[in-house]
Amino acid sequence: MTAPGETPRFRPGVKFRFDPVRQAWMVLAPEKLFLPDEIAVEVLKRIDGTRTTALIVDDLAQAFQAPRETIETDVRAMLADLVQRGAISL
Amino acid sequence: MGLIAELTHRCPLSCAYCSNPLELERASAELDTATWLDVLDQAAALGVLHVHFTGGEPMARKDLTQLVRRAAELELYTNLITSGVLLDDRAMDALMAAGIDHIQLSLQDIEPEAGDRSGGLKGGHAKKLAAAERIRAAGLPLTLNFVIHRGNADRTAQMLDLGEALGATRIEIAHTQYYGWGLLNRGALLPTFAQLESATAAVEAARARFGARIAVDYVVPDYFAARPKACMGGWGRRFINVSPSGKALPCHAAETLPGFAFPSVREVSLADIWTGAEAFQRFRGVEGAPEACRSCERVEIDWGGCRCQAFALAGDASRIDPACVLSPDHALMRQAIEAADFDAPLTPRLIRR
Ligand code: SF4
Ligand code: SF4
Repeated sequence: MTAPGETPRFRPGVKFRFDPVRQAWMVLAPEKLFLPDEIAVEVLKRIDGTRTTALIVDDLAQAFQAPRETIETDVRAMLADLVQRGAISL
Repeated sequence: MGLIAELTHRCPLSCAYCSNPLELERASAELDTATWLDVLDQAAALGVLHVHFTGGEPMARKDLTQLVRRAAELELYTNLITSGVLLDDRAMDALMAAGIDHIQLSLQDIEPEAGDRSGGLKGGHAKKLAAAERIRAAGLPLTLNFVIHRGNADRTAQMLDLGEALGATRIEIAHTQYYGWGLLNRGALLPTFAQLESATAAVEAARARFGARIAVDYVVPDYFAARPKACMGGWGRRFINVSPSGKALPCHAAETLPGFAFPSVREVSLADIWTGAEAFQRFRGVEGAPEACRSCERVEIDWGGCRCQAFALAGDASRIDPACVLSPDHALMRQAIEAADFDAPLTPRLIRR
């Protein structure tokens, strides 16, 4: 499980960028790539290696005018999935 | 979609398993810097996401960092596939400044004597270990690649240990793919079935031990397989390989195929090659698969296997890959295994500088 104070960061060698050809955000690693869904993109955009998960949740709750608890559950599930896929570490 | 930029066939090493063609291209035939920069621009515009700089030894090109910088500016994922013997401090700094994303370093064996013998370069193994350290110190993830053959297969477990000790995050244990020099030396390189089994067991044990910490990629030899690999993810589906002299190929071994006019990036745009070139269309997709494969349930998994292997072994690129048990040529694989032995001649790859 993820601790409240954690700071998600991209694993070394992972690149998150917008592809103008496909008009889509993608996560690139040496031998793989995946297209994160819209919510994951919003989370990934806020990962800069300094912002904590809590700050990311606050920011998203404000941006989407949604209750913090709902957002938090989603974000934590999303981060766990991104860790699983090797894109980020916590 | 990926671009495989084979910058040069020059290499200070002379591995007998090298998959470069027997006809190595000369330095004078290589594309110049401006053409490679243009190829990178075109690749990005076409939707290429990864560029793999390879060779030969890509670091033998003086303009490598310039090319990496352009690729990084284009936001391409930059991967360098290297033997590491030229990766000194200065080169490492230059690559980092240029924006390299990932380096894959090859090792021939676990200790200097065997490693240097296999690579044909005295002091090579020590340089590789130093390169591994530099890659890690620079903060890049370290991927190590070991090519497995009869002469080193028994040390697979120790290779995985060495990878762990060097701090690798990914280790490729790749049985030799029998193309080019590797095919020429097949008789001496093919492992025995017992060796294959113990290498596989070593990989499984390491995977269990490493968990998510270190990924172990395992490439098995087609010769012992029942089904072929999806070569390059299917002909003309995921990769464009540009040879040192600028030929665009669906896979680096394709140049050996007769009856093809592979377009040159000096003359044709990458976009036209990708969408229009007959050479890229001929074996593409289900329609391009061998006839017997088109109705097979695995056709969209392996696309009938490797066209170059079908040609090299069965003499016809449009046949089913002999690696498949359903291929009428499958017995060729067993015959090759039976013919293999330690005393078979081993021809080191020619050294081109
Ligand atoms: S000789 Fe060895 S190091 Fe050089 S390109 Fe071939 S396999 Fe790679
Ligand atoms: S018959 Fe063709 S498609 Fe089916 S498994 Fe063999 S090679 Fe693959």
